[in-house]
Amino acid sequence: MPIKKPSIMKLKKFFAAIVATATLSHAPAYAALRVLACEPEWAALTQELGGPLVEVSSATTALQDPHQIQAKPSLIAKMRNADLIVCTGAELEVGWLPILLQQSGNAKVQAGQPGNFAAADAVRKLDVPTQLDRSQGDVHAAGNPHIQTDPRNITLVAAALSTRLQQLDFSHAADYAKRHADFAQRWQQAMARWAVQAAPLKGVAVVSQHKGFVYLYDWLGMKEVVVLEPKPGVEPTASHLQTVLATLKSSPARMVIYAAYQDPRASDWLHKNGGVPAVKIPFTVGGTEGAKDLFSLFDDTLARLLAMGTKK
Amino acid sequence: MKKLLPASLVLALAAPFSLQGYAQTTAPISPPSDIKALKQEIQAMRSDYEVRLQAMEQRLKAAEAAAASSAASAAVTPAATPAATPTANTPSTGTNSLNPAISLILSGNYARTSRDPASSAITGFHLPKDAAVGLGTRGFSLAETELGLSASIDPWLRGAASISLHGDNTLSVEEAFVQTTSLGQGFTLKAGRFFSGIGYLNAQHAHTWDFVDNPLAYQAMLGTQYGDDGLQLKWLAPTEQFLQLGVELGRGRSFPGSDTSRNGAGMVTLTAHTGGDVGDSHSWRTGLSLLNAKATQQQLIASDASGNSLAHDFSGSTRVVVADAVWKWAPNGNATRTYFKLQGEYVQSTRSGSLAYDVAGSNLQGDYRAVQSGWYLQGVYQLMPSWRVGVRTEQLNTGTAQLSAAQLAGSSYKPGKNTLMLDYNPSEFSRVRLQFARDKARQGFTDNQLILQYQMSLGAHGAHAY
Repeated sequence: MPIKKPSIMKLKKFFAAIVATATLSHAPAYAALRVLACEPEWAALTQELGGPLVEVSSATTALQDPHQIQAKPSLIAKMRNADLIVCTGAELEVGWLPILLQQSGNAKVQAGQPGNFAAADAVRKLDVPTQLDRSQGDVHAAGNPHIQTDPRNITLVAAALSTRLQQLDFSHAADYAKRHADFAQRWQQAMARWAVQAAPLKGVAVVSQHKGFVYLYDWLGMKEVVVLEPKPGVEPTASHLQTVLATLKSSPARMVIYAAYQDPRASDWLHKNGGVPAVKIPFTVGGTEGAKDLFSLFDDTLARLLAMGTKK
Repeated sequence: MKKLLPASLVLALAAPFSLQGYAQTTAPISPPSDIKALKQEIQAMRSDYEVRLQAMEQRLKAAEAAAASSAASAAVTPAATPAATPTANTPSTGTNSLNPAISLILSGNYARTSRDPASSAITGFHLPKDAAVGLGTRGFSLAETELGLSASIDPWLRGAASISLHGDNTLSVEEAFVQTTSLGQGFTLKAGRFFSGIGYLNAQHAHTWDFVDNPLAYQAMLGTQYGDDGLQLKWLAPTEQFLQLGVELGRGRSFPGSDTSRNGAGMVTLTAHTGGDVGDSHSWRTGLSLLNAKATQQQLIASDASGNSLAHDFSGSTRVVVADAVWKWAPNGNATRTYFKLQGEYVQSTRSGSLAYDVAGSNLQGDYRAVQSGWYLQGVYQLMPSWRVGVRTEQLNTGTAQLSAAQLAGSSYKPGKNTLMLDYNPSEFSRVRLQFARDKARQGFTDNQLILQYQMSLGAHGAHAY
């Protein structure tokens, strides 16, 4: 009997502690907007624009090919619980996003709903194919979807995304607007800085591993001489690489560029056999050690391009 | 700017009116909260316009700066670049722009076998006459041609159909269903004809299989792939861990059920699946499913140990339990270069009811109960882009069968099969596969099978299901 009493007390204390933690964790002053970004760059942007008002996760990492994702269980569960999804659109996620949406049972994020945001809708696409045929490889009808490599596109997407956040969570609209104004100002300053830094890259001839950098080249005025993939999404073949070498003889290039998620072997091959140095760019946030957020993504990208582009 | 100002004024004036109605419906008793909501809304609108104005100013500045810098020779950005002006990428507006997404799967085989596939059977398992067992045919043959159509029906529903054109010039509706997109709370309701969500392989279309044929356990206990007409309700739990529960009601039109005239449901299934990630490189899914199907006067053919075929009549119900698990690995979750996939399923079938044994001969009739099972385990490895190898091993247990409390003379033979596969995928849309199998499904007949297959996908981009 003397043992029982303190144990009941202990139990009571234990339950009180559980109840206390449960209520504390379950009743925050404000429930954050749950955002699932399809790619890391949009997760970073949403975080910039939402701060503590949003709870962001990314469906993919910078080391994954955003074309080739499977609708795995963890992503279905994330999709089910999202208030907003921020994806690239322009068919980049055509292989996996539709299944995630179908299986999620989440009405808020279906196509056409305010909870479904496609970044590519806010910008003008380049490389819009004039001929839609798979003999041209894995072509995207809406144009090249890799829009995040041009900071001017980030400006446009930020404005559209902030408007969407304000619409979805209008009790905090002023807060989102303030954050956007702040971000836009910092971004404008950074772009001015990058414009000065990148001046030597204008007109530099380059080789791309995948046709994924057109927006980057458009921004910096770089010139794509040839692409290692014979067609978009088709692995470089030995015969095509020989054609690339022949092309480079008549119009030489300063470097060959590949993204962090890509297999560097084709670029390395060109380095060895064509003497063209290979440059890895982060492509998105997290692609390299240096690319920790949107600002350092472009800092790091430019640093890597300049390191090769200004030699000789 | 001049045009924008009156427009924004009109909007600002109009907004409170539309807002009032909204505020009243949400909080009719407390007018202060009305005013508060109004204030907030006005604030929101103001900040919204501030944002837009700022964006426009920035764009103007950028354009000016670009123009100025282009005048100077050190310009980096060309003036008024196309990317700086967002224009809505308007979708094409033809009469066919609302057509459903269309996909077509083309597939063909060349099979070289040491036994005639016409004689293939699975020892110890009673199957309907038209059951698809084994390869079907050898030599050159056209495999299934699958036509798929899908589209949103309206903001609340989507529909999909896949029509299968068979090599023998027959046609079948593989799937044709409508599905909700807007129930919310994790619920999805499907109606029509669909592949049941039991197990792992069952819902997958033939062109996504990693081997030419389905495992023996599916052939012997689920009629190769269980599809039915009915309803399916799935619910996804609001948890970080993937947890999906499903229930299906159906007609019971195919084996192990039989298509008979009844008002009620001839088939019911319950499914539970869970899964997740371990780090960036690993992901998994596992589940348990239960299928119950009714059969009436189901005609079955079985071959006994000496190779004679006997005809039986079965009436009763069949309960099939399926346990499935799949694990996938890819370095950093990037499956483009290399990945590994391990999957296995265990299937157990219990048939209970009445059986007329050897209808044409002894015609023994009585209460019947049979418990049988089987499993397969397979691994597929992509060693480099475009190239994959796979191995599958499987076995069936003919189990026990009782007729009128007496043990039916069965065999202790365990049908089994080992399969090797190598496939080459020039692109995401094409595949050529070489498969070698040693098939011991029928006692006393070892069949060495060599199959060369192509599978091509045309049209709408296929889905990367897990």
